[in-house]
Amino acid sequence: MVAAVPLRHDPVPVPGLALEVAGIDHRFDLHGQPLPVLEQISFRVEPGEFVAVLGPSGCGKSTLLRLVAGLESPATGRLLADGEPIAGPDPSRLMVFQDPTLFPWRTVRDNVALGLEARGLLRSEKHRVQKALDLVGLGAFAGAYPHQLSGGMAQRAALARALVNDPRLLILDEPLGKLDSLTRLGMQGELVGLWQRAGFTALLVTHDIEEALVMATRVLVFSPRPARLVADLPVDRAYPRHRDDPQLVALRHRILELLGLAATW
Amino acid sequence: MTVTDGLSTLEPAVAPVQAGAGPWLRPWAGGLVAGAFWLGAGALTAVWPDADDWAYTNELAAAEAAGGTLLAVAGLLGSRAGVLFERLRRSAPWLIVLALTLALWELLVAKLNLLPRPFFAPPQAFLEVYLDDGRRLAECAFASFGLLVVGYLLGALAGFVAGVAIGWSRAVAYWGHPLLRLIGPLPATAWLPIAFFAFPSSWSASVFLIALASAIPVAVLTWSGVAGVNSAYYDIARTLGASPRFLVLRVAVPAAMPHVFVGLFMGLCMAFSVLVVAEMVGVKAGLGWYLQWAQGWAAYANMYAALLVLALVCSGLVGLLFRVRDRVLVWQKGLLKW
Repeated sequence: MVAAVPLRHDPVPVPGLALEVAGIDHRFDLHGQPLPVLEQISFRVEPGEFVAVLGPSGCGKSTLLRLVAGLESPATGRLLADGEPIAGPDPSRLMVFQDPTLFPWRTVRDNVALGLEARGLLRSEKHRVQKALDLVGLGAFAGAYPHQLSGGMAQRAALARALVNDPRLLILDEPLGKLDSLTRLGMQGELVGLWQRAGFTALLVTHDIEEALVMATRVLVFSPRPARLVADLPVDRAYPRHRDDPQLVALRHRILELLGLAATW
Repeated sequence: MTVTDGLSTLEPAVAPVQAGAGPWLRPWAGGLVAGAFWLGAGALTAVWPDADDWAYTNELAAAEAAGGTLLAVAGLLGSRAGVLFERLRRSAPWLIVLALTLALWELLVAKLNLLPRPFFAPPQAFLEVYLDDGRRLAECAFASFGLLVVGYLLGALAGFVAGVAIGWSRAVAYWGHPLLRLIGPLPATAWLPIAFFAFPSSWSASVFLIALASAIPVAVLTWSGVAGVNSAYYDIARTLGASPRFLVLRVAVPAAMPHVFVGLFMGLCMAFSVLVVAEMVGVKAGLGWYLQWAQGWAAYANMYAALLVLALVCSGLVGLLFRVRDRVLVWQKGLLKW
């Protein structure tokens, strides 16, 4: 059972971003040999959707996220944000990584302020920093340094660092992957709560089928490398969701089959 | 059974003693012992006749006795000695060893005359140098201090800028890296002719030699620090809308700071070791100059005395650097120590 943890402040609602991924091919250069990573990936994410991407380890899911974030360019194919080609990183499309990667030399407050500072908005928009910290429940830890935080707190701070910029697409690369299972369950609910109230579009990569089913409105299943899209499954259940919901259980079985792991369950 | 009995009889006997000691009289044993050793060293100096005619023996004895008395008083007062106690509390073993060393040195050189002269000078000869030649020594220390600070600051700044540039830009690294590798290991003396030729005054030539020596470790460590920055930091900053300038100044530089401080420390050590060479180019005052002068006249007592001053200046500057580092790298507290 997942209950969204009540939060003291509501996020500012922002219109979600429409993402279109059209015919993406991507490869790495490995010792001079091209190593195909993504093959003919096409899908569309409507504004405000919460899409989870599931696939075997090393299949290229994280590469897809880097392309969407604009940190790399695809070998072929097009990526469109609200119909505009993605040419580079932009604060409207923000990423939260598996490692919080907070800057250790900055306090939590200054880490969260990073985006505003980089865009020269810190002076006029300073109040948003404390709001974002309160939003993730870290208001009392603004002056702490990252090494003083627990794993869950650090990941919340990383989340606040993204949310303070009011992103229209939140790209989550296994954000809960390194947390202990209890913290993880709690934060799944919190993330869904944030998404419901803020209205951004969310794209989540995870290894955890249950996590995808509990959180997302749609699950994309990828094949082993080179990754191809093998299934696009809507998860049409109300929140908060229950892990033992028979429909979710059936979906989970279906996904395990698609991943070739049906025998393990 | 017997054990419990023993304990129960012991407990009430111990408790009143502790209560009686109270906060009023808690002498500091380390201070008392150290004071005794210093008084002993003073007594040895005063009572045992010198083997030769050394000046300032009585003054040395008086100084030792004064130090011993001060320590003994601090020892008696304990925590009520305030600042003195707080400062010295942990140094008692050092103070004892220092007194012993001084006494042994006095014994071997001044009292028994066992070590060949003029290579060895007794402690009172230091006192003689500081009291009779103190003015000149102070001028020299002051001149060297200025030279070190100016040369080091210029060198550290140049090394830092060069290190960031080499670490950040491929083009700068292409040209800068081989140069740094070529110039880095050269001894400072090799630069003397060029320094003579290129600089208008001997002082600026000295500054150049010190700046060059301190710049190289700072450049190398800054460069390796900038080159080793976790690339995920750049990804984060870029998605948040950071400009290249922001990436250098707000990401690369602060992330490299721990390395930079190792380089700054090594550069400072280099600056000290180059000081003597730097003062060979014709300056008229300075500890390096004084050392050379004393060596030339076989005035070894003067040389040792100047070395001690040099060591104190160096350790003072290193201490200052460490305080700056602790300030700047406060975020590392609990992460690591070096």
